[in-house]
Amino acid sequence: MRQSLVPRRFKQVIDHQKCQRCKRCVQACGFDALVFEGQVTPHPENECVACHYCVAHCPEEAITIVENPLRYRPHDAWTADIIMQTTKQAETGGVLLSGMGNDRPWGVLWDHLCLDACQVTNPSIDPLREPMELRTYLGRKPDAVEVEMGPEGRPVVTSTVPPQLQLETPVLFAPMSFGSISLHAQKALAMAATELGTYWSTGEGGLHPDLYEYSDRAIVQCASGRFGVHEQYLQAGAAVEIKIGQGAKPGIGGHLPGRKVTSAIAETRGIPEGSDALSPAPHHDIYSIEDLRQLIYALKEATEYRVPVSVKIAAVHNVAAIASGIVRAGADIIYLDGFRGGTGAAPTAIRNHLGIPIEVAIAAVDRRLRQEGIRNEASLVAAGSIRNSADLAKAIALGADAVAVATAALIALGCHMCQQCPTGNCSWGICTQRPELVRRLDPAWGAERAANLIRGWTEELKEILGALGVNALESLRGSRDRLRAVGLDDKTREILDVKAAGE
Amino acid sequence: MNETIEDVGGVEPKADRGSVSIDARGIHYRALNDMIREAVSAGAEQIELLNVNGQRYIATGIRGQATIHVHGVPGNDLAALADGPQVVVHNNAQDAVGNTLNAGRVVVHGDAGDVVGYGMRGGKVFVRGDVGYRVGIHMKSSPRQSPLLVVGGTAADFLGEYQAGGRLVVLGLTTDAARRGTVVGDYCGTGMHGGVIYLRGEPNRNHIATRFVAIKEADDEAMADLEPALREFCELFDYDLAAVLNDRFWVVRPFSHKPFAGSYAPNP
Repeated sequence: MRQSLVPRRFKQVIDHQKCQRCKRCVQACGFDALVFEGQVTPHPENECVACHYCVAHCPEEAITIVENPLRYRPHDAWTADIIMQTTKQAETGGVLLSGMGNDRPWGVLWDHLCLDACQVTNPSIDPLREPMELRTYLGRKPDAVEVEMGPEGRPVVTSTVPPQLQLETPVLFAPMSFGSISLHAQKALAMAATELGTYWSTGEGGLHPDLYEYSDRAIVQCASGRFGVHEQYLQAGAAVEIKIGQGAKPGIGGHLPGRKVTSAIAETRGIPEGSDALSPAPHHDIYSIEDLRQLIYALKEATEYRVPVSVKIAAVHNVAAIASGIVRAGADIIYLDGFRGGTGAAPTAIRNHLGIPIEVAIAAVDRRLRQEGIRNEASLVAAGSIRNSADLAKAIALGADAVAVATAALIALGCHMCQQCPTGNCSWGICTQRPELVRRLDPAWGAERAANLIRGWTEELKEILGALGVNALESLRGSRDRLRAVGLDDKTREILDVKAAGE
Repeated sequence: MNETIEDVGGVEPKADRGSVSIDARGIHYRALNDMIREAVSAGAEQIELLNVNGQRYIATGIRGQATIHVHGVPGNDLAALADGPQVVVHNNAQDAVGNTLNAGRVVVHGDAGDVVGYGMRGGKVFVRGDVGYRVGIHMKSSPRQSPLLVVGGTAADFLGEYQAGGRLVVLGLTTDAARRGTVVGDYCGTGMHGGVIYLRGEPNRNHIATRFVAIKEADDEAMADLEPALREFCELFDYDLAAVLNDRFWVVRPFSHKPFAGSYAPNP
């Protein structure tokens, strides 16, 4: 009999007529939610999380996952979710942990923004006929381009351009550490980034020796735990990023539990095997913008000013003023992570309630930096549930230079958004360190799928640009007049600086 | 201060091969560090920095075995992210000495400021005098590396917060220590989950994060572990090892390598 008073959310329904009793599903389930007792049966205690690994791999298509029809009496305030959370905390006394991004119905502002298109008076462009310029450079741009007349009357550019990242498509893979995801998952994204001509990020867990071959396409992170941060690591990366915050958990640190700290993770992070990997909430050498400047320049000194330095923050209430300080502190790139951004583990209360949506954060930061005349001094990367090429195009129109994606990339690797990342039981081999599960994810297979996804988005982005009648992404960047709002209040439209549809 | 051109220093190679003297007067840290890097890559084994006056990042990110003598007061982030050099400061140092140090040895003959040895992965830092707040936070260790930070005087609040490995030693040999009657400030060892802190003299338990750590007097095994660090400290700063060893030491160790293991429950 089950010990918990929290009811099961999902039930596995087995079609015993079809089932050949191969037991593949019993072995496959990372959560041990199926047992074989003469026939395949749900485990009496362990719960199905609806990750669909068994469904996808059953040769007879004999498995269906359904929501448990058990219902509470409907209540607008005390929803089933809240009753179950309350019961769980009464049983455990623990902080509730969730994976992936905010799943509450806050609304998605992307879905209230329409992109423009050309009709008759200014013709649209067929991307098949005209090349579309998507190449994006991330980094500090000079205030002005200075030109002098050189020999033979040819102009020569004399201004120096600080180091830049060169992206062939304006999509990065967002930081996910080795520890939060498996080495195979990280390798798949590293391979895909290399193939696409974009970048992946180590996250805060260091760079495993096997991935140094992809380091010229890696952004290496330096977070409060300083895991795996050393001279060779910094020199290897194409850019260095100071991680201040994460959209899913602004203002709090990170705990990679000791049970996930395998020998390979311990080696990569420079900590003992089996020890918790604790990232303090702040960097304890950064309590101010001046301190941030100190670390930015320490990293620039350590890399001899060869690579751009990025600062990643969560989008919070005063994000525009904070971003201005970050630029003035010397950052070359600001990475903004909105409150729907994903995570390997965050307290549910934090994930669902702290921070602000990325849409307004992009608009507020871009406007503030333009008003202060420093927009050229840093590039703006936006993340936090960019779900498709339309979100991407709208982010660019609001003022982002590029976007970063994590959840979409993991779905490409097989993720079904079951949100059980903190358990480390991921049947798909993505968010787990259990060798028998990690083995399932072939990095080459994953790389092909992740690259396919971004290639698809890239083609769609070209179509969108063509419809807008422009042939370069730069022509859409910060071009808010190409957006209209449906169903947004006046204040939100004012912040987004977007007219209402029909205006 | 307005510098005239005469006030600005520069590199002066010494007759002795492998030895370089750099006059840091009036030179911005970026140019100074370029000179240091150049000297290191040219194979200099001894680098004398004269008239240092608050330049940041001295020896930051420097690789290799060179010895860098700093005359004057260096600025913040001295030897940050360094990987091998020996840095000797013949004066006080400021904040963030040995920040995320990977390898090498930093010796400060005076006091050092806040955030010494933040996130240290390896190497050694010896400070003859006192240190400020937030020292040794998230110092860590691995099977291949274990850092050491020895403070001759006192440490202020938050010593060894989130310490994950390595050894922190506070000796309280300065007059400030005698005046304060304790060698560490408040919240020592908060969130500590690895490594060890050695304190000379019995600490006031109110200063120690006893939710995370146990305190006990050093036994023979602990003293044997501590002795090489004390020996090196005494040799560097001319203390009598026998006299220091004769004192009583206390050991602060975490209860668990996984202090938060029972704190969470999966969201249903």
